[in-house]
Amino acid sequence: MAEKYDLQEREVWDGNFAASQALRQAQVDVVAAYPITPSTPIVENYGSYVANGYIDGEFVMVESEHAAMSGCVGASAAGGRVSTATSSQGFALMTEVLYQASGMRLPIVLNVVNRALASPLNVRGDHADMYLGRDSGWIQLDAFNAQEAYDLALCAFRIGEHHDVRLPVMVHQDGFITSHTAQNVYPLPDEVAYNFVGDFKPVDDMLDFSRPVTYGAQTEEDWHFEHKARQHKALMDSRPIIDGVFADFEKVSGRKYNRVESYDMEDAEVAIVALGTTVETARVAAKELRAEEGIKAGVVAIRCFRPFPFDMVRDSLENVKSVAVLDRSSPGGAMGAFFNEVSAALYTTPNRPLVTNFIYGLGGRDFSISEAKRIFKEQKAHADAGHITTDIQQFSGLRGPHLGFFQTKRG
Amino acid sequence: MQDLNLLANDNRGQTDLGNSSSLVGWDEVTQGTILQSFEGDATGIAQKKAEERSYSNFNSYTATVASWRVKKPVFNIDVCIDCQNCWVWCPDSSILSRDKQMLGIDYDHCKGCEVCVEVCPTNPKSLLMFSEYTPLDEALSQWPEKKKKEEK
Repeated sequence: MAEKYDLQEREVWDGNFAASQALRQAQVDVVAAYPITPSTPIVENYGSYVANGYIDGEFVMVESEHAAMSGCVGASAAGGRVSTATSSQGFALMTEVLYQASGMRLPIVLNVVNRALASPLNVRGDHADMYLGRDSGWIQLDAFNAQEAYDLALCAFRIGEHHDVRLPVMVHQDGFITSHTAQNVYPLPDEVAYNFVGDFKPVDDMLDFSRPVTYGAQTEEDWHFEHKARQHKALMDSRPIIDGVFADFEKVSGRKYNRVESYDMEDAEVAIVALGTTVETARVAAKELRAEEGIKAGVVAIRCFRPFPFDMVRDSLENVKSVAVLDRSSPGGAMGAFFNEVSAALYTTPNRPLVTNFIYGLGGRDFSISEAKRIFKEQKAHADAGHITTDIQQFSGLRGPHLGFFQTKRG
Repeated sequence: MQDLNLLANDNRGQTDLGNSSSLVGWDEVTQGTILQSFEGDATGIAQKKAEERSYSNFNSYTATVASWRVKKPVFNIDVCIDCQNCWVWCPDSSILSRDKQMLGIDYDHCKGCEVCVEVCPTNPKSLLMFSEYTPLDEALSQWPEKKKKEEK
């Protein structure tokens, strides 16, 4: 039986510490990890909780992130509650096994502290690793601060382990800005948190010797398509279950989460759509612009990046005139991926708001309130003109001559 | 000569891999492509002999891969000393042996790798490779004589 850990009603935690406390409270059985900046303290703390008797679990040291996720796959298939953490290059090395985990429907919780991908090498936060996981078949939740990193990690176990879901879940937080910034966090008492997550109830566990099973079967063109379609269906069907878990979490914590968060959107004319810590920056900018200049600015934030909330994005933005979608990942020869997804959703609305794309904040480049205001004002100019007055894709916070691509094609 | 139905229960090698006749839709495939090895409760199944086990249709035991083979090993019981070398080395568990008595080859699962022939220590060898289409009695009639030691 695990030792009691003393918790205050209010703690000063950074995002990493908050996530590791969620792993402790969920009494994770196995963490296989290869620590990497900036996510290191999550698994480091888990290891110390195990060593000090606060968790009845096992920390498995491995030789790479590929092995870390492989160890998690094995432990999860065996029938344990499993979690780990990674960032950036480590995430990239895990990628192959991410697809294995989701294909085998293993409810592993991966805490991803978002960091840029090399080259050039960079340890700071952007969303390149998060985007790399977007087709991997995992549920992806996004925390904007330390409290949310804690809350969503607890929710992630409930969601992934739900027998109608049985999918792995990533909980994202921004490298350093969230992971290393100490903030007030209000944890749940241990028993409340554990009761919320619940006991792990295995499915098809390999340690059930009365029912031996094969994991990792091969399927060719005669079977593969059907299995991938079923997996996609499971991901799509997880949406109401995620909503239900968020509703249950509100009952125990008083904190309400939604797959799409809307701030000041009731009467908004222009909006910023964003992920991560940028959401809070944009919210401050929207409030100030409303007070200072009367611009009806609002913010839409994606809490659940996968399954992508196509309908909720549409509902939250369809009455806006101009939308800026902010991609914190180098688009590599295309429009930002997030821009493409939001645009596709808005294309199916009667009003079809104007949508522009900003690439920003790569490698941890700061995104300021004044820059968010400038973007809002630009949207206001588009809205007043009735068409996009700038390039559709622009770069925000970039040194050097203006860089932008594509203009609206007009008659 | 080997009994070709040796130790086989009703469903050994009954399906030809890749030629499945009952393809179901996405809504009927198993979650996570996880395949159950046995029908019903399998507690203590490791202690049962193969022909007594309730292998499921997903078990490789019920699938035949005989068509992958171009040459087959043939077993000659008159030469065999029951050393079990072939049984130890066979990568596909296709050497049929009971109570340390070598009985023959599981032709449903043997892929013709020839490892059993390579490790057979007798003179002449008790396992030799023949064309897939050579009948067993014809193969046995062609068995070589014991090699004499070379004169010094």
